[in-house]
Amino acid sequence: MTDMHQDTGRQGTDAGAADAIDSGTAEAFLSHDESLRHAPGPYFGSYGGRWMPESLIAALDELQDTFEKAKADPEFTAQVTELNQTYAGRPSLLTEAQRFAEHCGGVRVFLKREDLNHTGSHKINNVLGQALLAKRMGKTRVIAETGAGQHGVASATAAALLGLECVVYMGAEDTRRQALNVARMQLLGATVVPVTTGSQTLKDAINDALRDWVANVETTHYLLGTAAGAHPFPSMVRYFHEVIGEETREQILEQTGRLPDAVCACVGGGSNAIGMFHGFLDDRDVALYGFEAGGDGVETGRHAATITLGRPGVLHGARSYLMQDQDGQTMESHSISAGLDYPGVGPEHAFLADIGRAKYEPITDAEAMDAFTVLCRTEGIIPAIETAHALAGAMKIGQRLAAGLEPGEQAADRVIVVNLSGRGDKDVATAAGYFDLLPDESAEQEIAEEGEQL
Amino acid sequence: MTSTVQSSGPGATGSRAAAAIERARSENRAALIGYLPAGFPDVQTTIDAGIAMARNGMDLIEVGIPYSDPVMDGRVIQEATVEALSNGFTVSEIFAVVEGITRSTDAAVLVMTYWNPVMRMGVRAFAERLAAAGGAGLITPDLIPDEASEWLEVSEELGLDRVFLVAPSTSPERMRSTVEASRGFVYAVSVMGVTGARSSVGAAAEAVVAAAHEAGAERVCVGLGVSTAAQVREIGAYADGVIVGTALVAALRDGGVDAVAELTRELSSGTAHGSAGGHP
Ligand SMILES: Cc1ncc(COP(=O)(O)O)c(C=O)c1O
Repeated sequence: MTDMHQDTGRQGTDAGAADAIDSGTAEAFLSHDESLRHAPGPYFGSYGGRWMPESLIAALDELQDTFEKAKADPEFTAQVTELNQTYAGRPSLLTEAQRFAEHCGGVRVFLKREDLNHTGSHKINNVLGQALLAKRMGKTRVIAETGAGQHGVASATAAALLGLECVVYMGAEDTRRQALNVARMQLLGATVVPVTTGSQTLKDAINDALRDWVANVETTHYLLGTAAGAHPFPSMVRYFHEVIGEETREQILEQTGRLPDAVCACVGGGSNAIGMFHGFLDDRDVALYGFEAGGDGVETGRHAATITLGRPGVLHGARSYLMQDQDGQTMESHSISAGLDYPGVGPEHAFLADIGRAKYEPITDAEAMDAFTVLCRTEGIIPAIETAHALAGAMKIGQRLAAGLEPGEQAADRVIVVNLSGRGDKDVATAAGYFDLLPDESAEQEIAEEGEQL
Repeated sequence: MTSTVQSSGPGATGSRAAAAIERARSENRAALIGYLPAGFPDVQTTIDAGIAMARNGMDLIEVGIPYSDPVMDGRVIQEATVEALSNGFTVSEIFAVVEGITRSTDAAVLVMTYWNPVMRMGVRAFAERLAAAGGAGLITPDLIPDEASEWLEVSEELGLDRVFLVAPSTSPERMRSTVEASRGFVYAVSVMGVTGARSSVGAAAEAVVAAAHEAGAERVCVGLGVSTAAQVREIGAYADGVIVGTALVAALRDGGVDAVAELTRELSSGTAHGSAGGHP
């Protein structure tokens, strides 16, 4: 634990040559002659790659090959577009949040409504795409990891839709705390396997999914839920989420006639953020902000602020920032939000952080829950607690933008877009417990005490 | 991948792992290789068990670094490494384990490790300490040669063995590049799966060994799932070495160092190519 506090992230003293900022790429970026969009992997600067057992390399090669061909196949891209439109409900709305904006220094704030997608979050974009790829590879079974259950529910949904067997690995503790999401996955026909190994959390669920994959790779696709892991996962998961940023860019131009000053998203593994950022990567005047889970506060050691306080290492197949102790053992992360409670982060974010294209800041549980309430009461939208981290960040950025106005400029001349990655129905019990809204001895109170997210 | 480096072929001079396997070959038998995780249940027991393995017929000893996220390990080894970590094992203690075994025996000792702990210490710093402790080299279950440029360079410089894995799923092209990047021997994974005892080791193992030999590997050892002398005999008929892990860990867990010694004696009865009992 103490190790994390002494090391201040990427300036860490024992960071070797390979840990240094990739200056060649940073220069190319600064001189504006290289597009950052559609980075193909396997490497993003010195991050990414395939730190994986040889047994899985053939499956990763097969996936990469299938993905490359699918991207170039109009039939596949049409299939994705059609499912997005007729099943997931895309394009999602871009909603101006005028009353919420009053809490953001008075700048204009627009919310990208991924919460309105089927299953209630951005996760559906990725699972539909990957499930289609699984079918193209002739696989009959998908496996997935899940923390709170969001990605598990989305995977079970896509599997049901496309007629695939689905097995979801979930930390044993989480299966108890998220009993309703377990039931939801089961209703959708999936099998939920409680993971009792290691720390019994999301990272161990990924470990067990990888162990399953090694043994069943002939029939099985591993439907990873975020833009992390071994190549081609980071660039592939981003590809399926790029639609978020593309729609947003078009919508904001339509609604305001200009690009935003800042774009905000929460970062767990980084999928909703990278999908949103991608639309604006080459618009150098648009500032990009990723908000990590600061938990009890980064100074307490109980957080999941991987980029802010981690240091480069390898986990689950990619080199990226990582919460690790001085022995290279993965540390446990902490956040009120299960979806951000992961000690790693996608490699493209590590790269964007190093070259300065995107900035990453921690948001504490308390700040997130404050923003959660503000959005509920000003806009009539209950956000996911993950998303509340992006909202809290937007409040800070808006106030900073307002404070930096030149004479004659109005706060309303500034525009912020926030990726509203998911709805908060699943978090009602957690929030009700947090704000002490439940009568003592109610069934819900008992659930909330255990952190249930309905 | 740049491969100006030496291979597991005849050029592997100075390789301790190669020497151990060749010594077995000169006795007309396959080499026997035993794995235990360091610090389970404590460092001294690992040293004692390593010495016991060496004295009872193991040609090569593998000691593992307990790691928080061992994706290639099954239940028995996971439980042992979780216990080692909760008993306070730290990565630097691996060098004391290596030294403790090499000081008392002439068995070659390899360290089996997931890559992040090595990266965290620094590849060069780790390799130098390993060499100073008398270690033969590293077995790296989640490091493929494609990502190993620094390790290839440092191991070459320090004369350490690089044992990479090949699997039933490995393509002919990757088989060639992995064999070429390896030094000491090539680790053939017997089945698509994780560590753990299996009643039978798949037919895939023989094909992987043949493919590795064909790709130019002089020494190919088979691991994953081997737990009995009969399996050792069966695999020893076509492989240059046989690796046993889970069964030894279970023996140590249930019966301590004596049980490890006894299992080692029993397993080594399976290594004779020709007449049995050809070695002490
Ligand atoms: C609504 C919502 N937002 C964000 C996340 C975080 O994931 P990522 O960083 O991959 O977008 C999750 C994960 O469960 C989520 O459910």
